[in-house]
Amino acid sequence: MIRDFEGVIIKTVCRALVPFIQLYGLYVIAHGHYSPGGGFQGGCILAASFILMALAYDINEVKKRLSEKMNTIFCSLGVIIYAGIGILCLILGANYLDYGILHKILPADPAHARSLGILGVEIGVGFTVMAVMVSIFLNIASGGEHEGEEN
Amino acid sequence: MKFLTFITILMTTAMLAYATLDMPGFADPSSPASTHVSPVYIQEAYEKTATPNIVTAVLADYRSYDTLGETVVIFTAGVACMMLLRREK
Repeated sequence: MIRDFEGVIIKTVCRALVPFIQLYGLYVIAHGHYSPGGGFQGGCILAASFILMALAYDINEVKKRLSEKMNTIFCSLGVIIYAGIGILCLILGANYLDYGILHKILPADPAHARSLGILGVEIGVGFTVMAVMVSIFLNIASGGEHEGEEN
Repeated sequence: MKFLTFITILMTTAMLAYATLDMPGFADPSSPASTHVSPVYIQEAYEKTATPNIVTAVLADYRSYDTLGETVVIFTAGVACMMLLRREK
């Protein structure tokens, strides 16, 4: 179990860095079309910000901001977004994950609909990767014995 | 028994090593992958997907089944970790 300790420098630096790390993670996810990056990398950077918070403060500080319930929901939400976009393509009459058909419901031509489909899928991957990384870290760091939800 | 295992491993290794002789050379421009698959991606990826980064286009569009599988693998790893380790105090 990672415990809280007195370290003013570490806590201050962490507090200053976390917003920028999260912003950079979102940038990496959103900018995957133009530069190296995408859902996996961006999700890992977002998870790194939460892990830094857990290291500098303690696990409960992370769970205040990203509760275990939300974390578990995010885990499955990403896969649902990904598979849901595929099923949406199926409903609109194309093959599974054939984003071109999304131009029927999006204000874009088929090529740009594909681009938007890729973005949607990357966001789903980002959600899952972030939530799973945080969840695995919390479970391994505390041996699965971090405190339950305060209901 | 150990001798038999050794012979089996040796023969399998020899078979695999022999099979690699049929593989195209590294970055061979006349291999099937370089003459049929890669040029199509390089020429058509931008027109068809409006995505300048071909890697992203291949990862999330041409091979999106693969990426869906990868995401499900990560999800499964997370759920398995939760199920193995998580317990109330």
